[in-house]
Amino acid sequence: MTIVKEMTLIEAENAIVEEFSMYDEWLDKYEYLIELGKSLKDFPEESKTDDKLIKGCQSRVWLDYKVEDGRIIFNADSDAIITKGIISLLIGLYSGRTPQEILSSDFSVVEKIGLKENLSPTRANGLVSMIAKIREIAGNNM
Amino acid sequence: MVVNEIRKQFPALSRKVYGKDLVYFDNAATSHRTQSVIDEWNRISAESNANIHRAVHRLADEATQAYEQARDAVQAFLNAESRQEIVFTSGTTAAVNLVAFCFGEAYVKEGDQVIVTEAEHHSNIVPWQMMCNRKGAVLKVLPVDDTGHLMVENLEEILSDRTRIMAVTHISNVLGLINPVEDIIRKCHERGVPVLVDGAQGAVHCKVDVQKMDCDFYVFSGHKLYAATGTGVLYGKRKWLESMPPYMGGGEMVGTVTFAETTYAPLPMKYEAGTQNFASAATLKPALEFINSLNDNELINYMDKIRDYLLDVFMNDERIDLYGVPRGTNKEKIPLFSFTVKGVHHEDLALILDKMGIAVRSGQMCAEPVMDRFGVTGMLRVSLAPYNTMEEAEYFVKCLNKAIDMLI
Ligand SMILES: Cc1ncc(COP(=O)(O)O)c(C=O)c1O
Repeated sequence: MTIVKEMTLIEAENAIVEEFSMYDEWLDKYEYLIELGKSLKDFPEESKTDDKLIKGCQSRVWLDYKVEDGRIIFNADSDAIITKGIISLLIGLYSGRTPQEILSSDFSVVEKIGLKENLSPTRANGLVSMIAKIREIAGNNM
Repeated sequence: MVVNEIRKQFPALSRKVYGKDLVYFDNAATSHRTQSVIDEWNRISAESNANIHRAVHRLADEATQAYEQARDAVQAFLNAESRQEIVFTSGTTAAVNLVAFCFGEAYVKEGDQVIVTEAEHHSNIVPWQMMCNRKGAVLKVLPVDDTGHLMVENLEEILSDRTRIMAVTHISNVLGLINPVEDIIRKCHERGVPVLVDGAQGAVHCKVDVQKMDCDFYVFSGHKLYAATGTGVLYGKRKWLESMPPYMGGGEMVGTVTFAETTYAPLPMKYEAGTQNFASAATLKPALEFINSLNDNELINYMDKIRDYLLDVFMNDERIDLYGVPRGTNKEKIPLFSFTVKGVHHEDLALILDKMGIAVRSGQMCAEPVMDRFGVTGMLRVSLAPYNTMEEAEYFVKCLNKAIDMLI
């Protein structure tokens, strides 16, 4: 991934939007997300508990986090690889940032890269739940 | 080719998705509608719109006639003894709920038993469960075996003196096997137990004769057999429909109403309270006319060829597990295939296929117990209609292979 934490969140979001704009074909976007999904680091099986499960996804998503030096480190997993790619993308953007930074984002990046309207409605709901969860965790750790 | 003539009758089939020709393989969820169905709905709404059964004016008469002619068409379609045995509902789910409630009120007491099967759609489980909870009755389950066949040999053991009714699907929306309902009905009747058959899929794919089948209730949805949404049918033997209490109270289901007492209208209106979905119900007539037109040997052979082709693909690919595998003859399988691919999530496949223009179903398919039976969180399902072509089936197989390659 091209995202490095030296970038501000806005820069990182713009970089993702630019990266996605290279793909005209949906299947290429999926190829990209699948690769991202495969690159997500291991999520321990024992952490896949119900309290970390995000509702609203047809596939299952687990989101875990810890706070280090005032920054939130997210880790997540899914049983479906495209969803895993999407959370990997979100984590790439928002993990390692302060709660203030996270809450300053309008999360329009998912719309700008065409994920929201082009995923199935059930999937879009899952995406909405994922973002809500990330914001909720940021809010709770202000 | 006959199939091309059929396709022309369905305007939805000519649309494109993501710039590609639509391949609609989600027919078990809902079918497309013929132009004749769309026209009938429009005609009634534009020309003959009036509340049925109530007024004496011309429009009311036209709307009532269209509605009642649809009832005649359904009676003929099912070969019911009388048109009074045909009750219109909003769908299969509504019809099962009606029977579960009304039959329960009349015949089920604490400690009694109701039998369903492991292959049922939630719509043929939950209403019975609710009724059992209300009555203090017990829900018993007839299991399916590893190939997806009902273990009918276990039925005699499950039937008891306390069994009041059994509900079984004619064809499971997941397994796609035609169940031996006549055999089940005979075994139940020997013990004096009536049977409801869920025909949501069966009515679409089988020639149904309720008198020959000897079922006590047969229910199906219009939207799965080319008619408008929000339509459904409850066939019930007269003796049951007469002896059960009504479901909902309201307008036009009554004889006379006073504050002291109300008497009920004769069948079938006793079960049709309130303003009915008449414009939609009337579309059952053109829809059933369309089904009757499918009785063509060339078309039947063509459909069998597509089914056999897909069955062969699904059964001979090491990566694929098919649920609902025919024993002996392919004739017991409808062109409906639920499967999983080893190491691949069903939803990923469905998303990729969608972008290739192919509409398939993924997930639990309203049949969690079936998912549990086979130890999966969901499946992928392709279900075909007579308007689907061999070219579409071949394109699907090509795309499926490509999607699997992307994912593993
Ligand atoms: C076997 C079966 N039973 C019941 C239903 C429920 O039908 P409806 O949603 O039209 O009431 C369906 C449709 O999904 C089905 O396939």
